[in-house]
Order: sequence, then structure tokens, then C-alpha cells
Amino acid sequence: MIRFDNVSMRYPSGYEALSRLSFELPRGEMAFLTGHSGAGKSTLLKLIMLMERSSQGQVFVDEQNLNRMPAAQIPFLRRKIGVVFQNHQLLFDRTVFDNVALPLQISGYEHDNIGRRVRAALDKVGLLKKEKLNPIVLSTGEQQRIGLARAIVNKPQLLLADEPTGNLDPELSAEVMGLFHQFNQVGVTVLVASHDLELISGMRHRCLTLDQGRLSNVRY
Amino acid sequence: MSATRRPARQGASSQQPPRQGARSQQPPRQARRRSYLRHHLQMARVSLRRLLITPLATLMTLAVIAIALSLPAVLYVGLQNVDQLSEHWQGSTQISLFLADQLSEEEGRDLAVQLQANSQIAQLNYLSKQQSLADFQQYGGFGRALDQLNYNPLPAVILVMPTPEYAQSESLLALSQQLLSIDGVDDALVDLAWVQRLQAMAEFGQRSVLVLGSLLALGVLLVVGNTIRLEIQHRREEILVVKLVGGTDGFVRRPFLYTGFWYGLGAGLLAWVLVQLSLWYLGSVVDRLIELYQSGFQLQGLGVGGSAVLLLLAMLLGSSGAWLAVLRHLKAIEPH
Repeated sequence: MIRFDNVSMRYPSGYEALSRLSFELPRGEMAFLTGHSGAGKSTLLKLIMLMERSSQGQVFVDEQNLNRMPAAQIPFLRRKIGVVFQNHQLLFDRTVFDNVALPLQISGYEHDNIGRRVRAALDKVGLLKKEKLNPIVLSTGEQQRIGLARAIVNKPQLLLADEPTGNLDPELSAEVMGLFHQFNQVGVTVLVASHDLELISGMRHRCLTLDQGRLSNVRY
Repeated sequence: MSATRRPARQGASSQQPPRQGARSQQPPRQARRRSYLRHHLQMARVSLRRLLITPLATLMTLAVIAIALSLPAVLYVGLQNVDQLSEHWQGSTQISLFLADQLSEEEGRDLAVQLQANSQIAQLNYLSKQQSLADFQQYGGFGRALDQLNYNPLPAVILVMPTPEYAQSESLLALSQQLLSIDGVDDALVDLAWVQRLQAMAEFGQRSVLVLGSLLALGVLLVVGNTIRLEIQHRREEILVVKLVGGTDGFVRRPFLYTGFWYGLGAGLLAWVLVQLSLWYLGSVVDRLIELYQSGFQLQGLGVGGSAVLLLLAMLLGSSGAWLAVLRHLKAIEPH
């Protein structure tokens, strides 16, 4: 599903965030991405989303070479990928329902279909009753779960998360990680960047460790 | 991925080769097309509602655009009227034949009767020396000066009105030459110069309206563009999120283009009202002028065609201004 082939990423400032990175995440697998802050975790995720382009090497997502992807195709790549951000990126000018519905409206789903799918996603993260609220009145943990609902509402083949438990207490963190595990169980490829080693070690998934832009350790 | 989650794919496009794995991201094409149209309607509504949330700010912007539009529109209407007026006057062009002094009144009337047979002449009017004097005293305001003279210096005059096809400047000159060659006609006077001057002025006016109109249209583009630029900056967060979850440029652009369109339409309507108000205000003065000149002239408004052009232009300028802003500023907002 994801393949990095000798990928380096150097920012215009000269800072090398990733260097000569190669790995593969097969379809249907789940893996963690760990490392200190600044080790390149976010950069790696951004390359998959084409928020950045690698300065060297090739990135493949779903057999497509991202280096050769024209800008006009980027939205369609992103529709295949669900992303959860640490700062959840919710819009506070609309309800929880409308936040979660956004990817479906963009993809062009019909009205009834949108309602059904949004409620299914909210149900999955346990926030079905809050659909009419503005996300600003919800707790951080709830906002994070709405971000998750938005990421999965489009039934993506690939789910990415950047420090999804960063602002959560241990109990909530375990709950959110449990949700990622569940999605993986139904066939979604999942890649979670996290530095919560304790939590990760409790889950039996592959773990890629980045150190100063290099892959230092791959553990199963 | 489980097959149960795959949506029905009837009518789905086959532009991409089938690949392994579920493609549950794409709804069927028909659904997408319906959804696309609905999104247009929805964005038209949403952008209008956003404008109405801040009525005062919106009204100010609309007023600026409307004033910029109504100024050339009023000038244009004014020019149309001058054009109409010059045609009106050209229609009443006449040749004054000044008869020789030695011709008696009877001979003069005979000449007038002879000329009546000329097919180029629609109508003529004989004024004897005495009538000329009376007219001159009445209209010219020279009554006193003429009273000082102990004789009548004015000649008898035949006023010739050519048929409309001979009223154009060239044939009119030819006709006057022909009439001048008649015995007993001392001079034939065609006063075309002022008609030509009026036409030249009208042309100058038209060019001025064009130049002024173009400049103001450019101003409207910039006003709309700048307003949309601020709106884009204001919605930066939303644009980033929409792009992150797979919104195309078209999707992101849409609400802003509709905002520009609404600005254009609103300002067009407001400009129309301003033009009508100006004409109504000027109308009473013009009526009085017309009365003084005893003319059959009538003040023309924008008319249906003019109003339609004004509205269309306004909508076009609004949408184009939004396009310019969107082209320039949306590119700069990319998630990083």
C-alpha cells in the first residue's frame, strides 16, 4: 500500500528531514511510526499525503508513483486516505455532523447516503448523540474522535494518524488506539505516528523507528 | 476490505483500469453529477447568506461598485439623448434663400410657387421683408437697434426644407448650390457647421464614456478582487481542511466565485436604481429646457436593453473579479 524507495527529503532551508529511507507497508497491515520529535515522522506522513514532495527517491501509494502525480490528481489521492491530525483540524463554524460530512460532500455523495455514513462513523467513535453540537463545546478527547470519524467516513483504504493521542489521558489514548486496531481488523491499512512507546508496545504491530531522518529500527 | 461496503457502481466510469482492492471512495457517476449540481446551488445559497450576515459591510461594498457602474451608465444615457437630439435637429435642417433686393414681393411669391414643384423640396415658407423684420424684432432682441434705422435692411427669405433623403450634409450642399443658381436668389445659406460640431462633440463624448467606463470597470474588478481576497484569508482554515480531505480546486473556488457573482448582481441592481434616480432628478430640468425650445424631444432612459446590459456587465465584472482573486490567492493556501 505504501512503499518508500530510497527517499530523502530536504527542505529549502537545507534541513534534511528524511534521508535514504526505504520501507514497505503491505495492504491491510497496521504499523506504528515512532521516534523523537523532529525525527521526521510528520514529514513522512506529509510525503504520503503529497503535502510535500520528496527531494530524492520514490514514494508509492496504492501502486501509484507520487513523484509523477500531477497536482490536479492530488485531491483524488487524498480521498483514498483518511488522516487524523494531532490538532484535529476541525472547523468551528459548523456542527459535528457537517465536519464529518465534509469528505463525503467533496467526493459527491448523495444527501441520504451522507447522513447514513456520517451517523455510522459517529456511532463508531461513540459520539452519535453530539452530531448537532458545535465541536468547540466538546472536550479534547471528543474533538479527537470527531477527527477520527471524519477520517474514516469515506471508508478509506489507508488511514494515517499524526500523534492522535498527543493530548489525551492514558485511558482515552488506549481507547483511540483500540479504534485504529478495529479499523485494521476490517482491512484498512493503518499507519500511526506516535511517541507513546508504552501504549504501542502493548499492541502487536510492526513499529518503524525514525532517528534523525533514518530508519533505525524495525520491530515486529 | 469487505464487499458489503462497496457502493453500487452502475454507470461508473471505466477511465481507470480496474485494480485490485475495493474502490469505495467514489460514488456512482450519476450521483456525483447530481451532487455537483447540488453543491453549486448550495454554494450559491451559502455565499449569499454569508453576505447577508454582515449587511452593512456588504452594502458598503455594493455601493462602491454601484457608484462606479452608474457613473458611466448615466453618461451613456446622456449621450444617447444628445444623439437623438442631433438627429432631431438634423431632420429639421433648412436652407435659407435670401432673395435679391430688387425682387418685388409678388415676384418672390412666384419664385416660391415655382420651387414648390422641385421634388427635392418637402416644404417651403416665404417670408417677405416685413415679416423678416417682424421676426427679427421679436426673437432676436434687436428691436431697438432696428428702430434706429429708417429703412428695412432685411431681405425677403424663402425657407426651404428638403425632403428627408436630401437632408444629409452632402446632398444638402448640392441642393443649395442648385438653388443659388436661380435668378433672383442672392445667397443660399446652409448652416451645417453646428450640426457637424454637435456630432463631433457626441463622438468625443462617446469616447470619453468608453475610456471612463473602462477605467471604472477596472476599478470594479479590483474592488471585487480585493473583497474576495479578504474573504479567502478569512476562510484560510476551512480551505486548508477542505484541501486536506481531497477537495479539488474547483470545489474550493466555488463559494468565492458565487460571492463575486452576488456582488455583481447586487451592485448592478443598485446601479440601476441610482441611474433611474439620477434621470428622474434631471428629468424635470430637461422638461423645462424642452419647453423653452419648443421641441418634440423626449428624455430617454436606459430602456430594457440598456438595463439588461448594465446587469449583465455587473455580473460579469463581479465574477471576473472573483476569478482574478481566486486564481491569485487560492494557490498560496496549501497544507504543509
